[in-house]
Amino acid sequence: MTAAPDGAPQEHPSWLWRNPDPKPSYDVVIIGAGGHGLATAYYLAAEHGITNVAVVERGWLAGGNMARNTTIIRSNYLWDASAGIYEHSLKLWEGLAEALDYDILFSQRGVLNLAHTLQDVREGIRRVNANRLNGIDAEWLDPQQVADVCPIVDISPDTRYPVLGATYQPRGGIAKHDHVAWAFARAADAMGVDLVQNCEVTGIDVDRGRVAGLRTSRGPITAGKVALCAAGHSSVLAGMAGLRLPIQSHPLQALVSELLEPVHPCVVMSNAVHVYVSQAHKGELVMGAGVDAYISYAQRGSVHTIERQMSAALELFPIFARAHVLRTWAGIVDVSPDASPILGLTPVEHLYINCGWGTGGFKATPGAGSVYAHTIASDAPHPLNAPFSLERFTTGALVDEHGAAAVAH
Amino acid sequence: MLSVPCPWCGPRDETEFSYGGQAHVAHPAEPDALSDHEWSDYLFVRDNPRGPFAERWCHSAGCRRWFNAVRDTVTHSFLAVYRIGDPVPEIS
Ligand SMILES: Cc1cc2nc3c(=O)[nH]c(=O)nc-3n(C[C@H](O)[C@H](O)[C@H](O)COP(=O)(O)OP(=O)(O)OC[C@H]3O[C@@H](n4cnc5c(N)ncnc54)[C@H](O)[C@@H]3O)c2cc1C
Ligand SMILES: [Zn+2]
Repeated sequence: MTAAPDGAPQEHPSWLWRNPDPKPSYDVVIIGAGGHGLATAYYLAAEHGITNVAVVERGWLAGGNMARNTTIIRSNYLWDASAGIYEHSLKLWEGLAEALDYDILFSQRGVLNLAHTLQDVREGIRRVNANRLNGIDAEWLDPQQVADVCPIVDISPDTRYPVLGATYQPRGGIAKHDHVAWAFARAADAMGVDLVQNCEVTGIDVDRGRVAGLRTSRGPITAGKVALCAAGHSSVLAGMAGLRLPIQSHPLQALVSELLEPVHPCVVMSNAVHVYVSQAHKGELVMGAGVDAYISYAQRGSVHTIERQMSAALELFPIFARAHVLRTWAGIVDVSPDASPILGLTPVEHLYINCGWGTGGFKATPGAGSVYAHTIASDAPHPLNAPFSLERFTTGALVDEHGAAAVAH
Repeated sequence: MLSVPCPWCGPRDETEFSYGGQAHVAHPAEPDALSDHEWSDYLFVRDNPRGPFAERWCHSAGCRRWFNAVRDTVTHSFLAVYRIGDPVPEIS
């Protein structure tokens, strides 16, 4: 289907891209049409002129974590390697609506990461200093300044986890995840990329150490290069090529309230009490929880996790006491041992990997896509993703972001 | 919430348990003899299957005993529970 019928809304997503059958062969096949897969396809075509590309997706386009995340975007991670890749991504976000000619509702409303203990305070101040050395906007706020930025946060000292301060990144914010996916999809499709839905990869063929092609629910596809972008299913796919990954798949849950008048001006995250909250453009409060403890591929989690998250939200925002939960859901996130992604080459030639973003990869969508496309096109990592190799778990050069990523991102 | 079948106490709410990850991962008998790659494997890499998975649970707010279980990671149903030290039961 290429054009909307007369009278139909022009921008309906089903008319933003073709829905082609897979061809027997491509230069590059990307597995997974989430945000990362679509962004990778876009940058392969736009920046490297590689357009004989398919993105194969077992379900529908952007129905995985891309449709399920709480859309928080920021770049205030601790280590230089992380600052490099996340800030590269944030800079791309700042020009993305224009580059893709699509309104992605990117709103730089500022992100607060609250500190509730002396340890949080020390860690937060250290991170602000590290961010500044890396040219990232970061400020340390005292409790009164937190209330100035977000008046509905309870900063009284007699709460169970009093707010002792916060890191603040004014350029952080949120975007509309569906629009981001559709914008990348439309642009990639227009340059000739095939977005193939309902096409599950069931096998990866390796011939003398080099990737040869894929088996899929819609027939075999030969491929010069194969790029994994399967988030929570990365271990399953890597296993098809004989690789074991340092990844564990967990449910991560979120919820929204019914639509409310604008009450919450920014994004608030708290690692200690495990909640992160913003208010979407339409008016619903969007809140995320921590991961459920067990390994799962079920896209659902346990209700006590939601309960804990809501009690944390009420502690911070007493004003939410009368709000109602509209719905809850879960995605399957790919958690790595150091809370940093794995993005680069694999021991199988021409098989590339992008995973381990866990609870925080939405913010990296354009940044990861751009450096992954570079990695695929040149068969070598971009300097920004070189530190995030799979080998780091053997060399020991971990990029430990548990402090900055913490519960959630 | 999962209902976890403790082999000693019977089915109890998940909130009474702590999760221990993959079962049957033995500490290397001779750590010094491992290559960096093998050591990395032991430290960081665990199975992550879509389907039956042998894993550890501790009934920390109950009898406080560890045990193993085979649980399906897609349906979340417990297919078997067994004692630490016993081999993985055959699942038919
Ligand atoms: C509740 C929740 C809240 C989150 N909040 C945030 C946040 O606020 N900020 C942030 O930065 N990040 C957040 N994240 C994390 C973020 O969503 C992910 O890191 C990111 O979306 C992962 O990249 P993706 O979009 O490509 O993944 P996905 O959208 O999951 O894409 C992977 C795709 O691969 C497909 N696939 C899997 N197996 C196969 C196969 N065999 N064959 C073909 N296709 C296959 C899947 O169907 C899926 O569509 C959150 C995640 C969740 C679940
Ligand atoms: Zn018990």
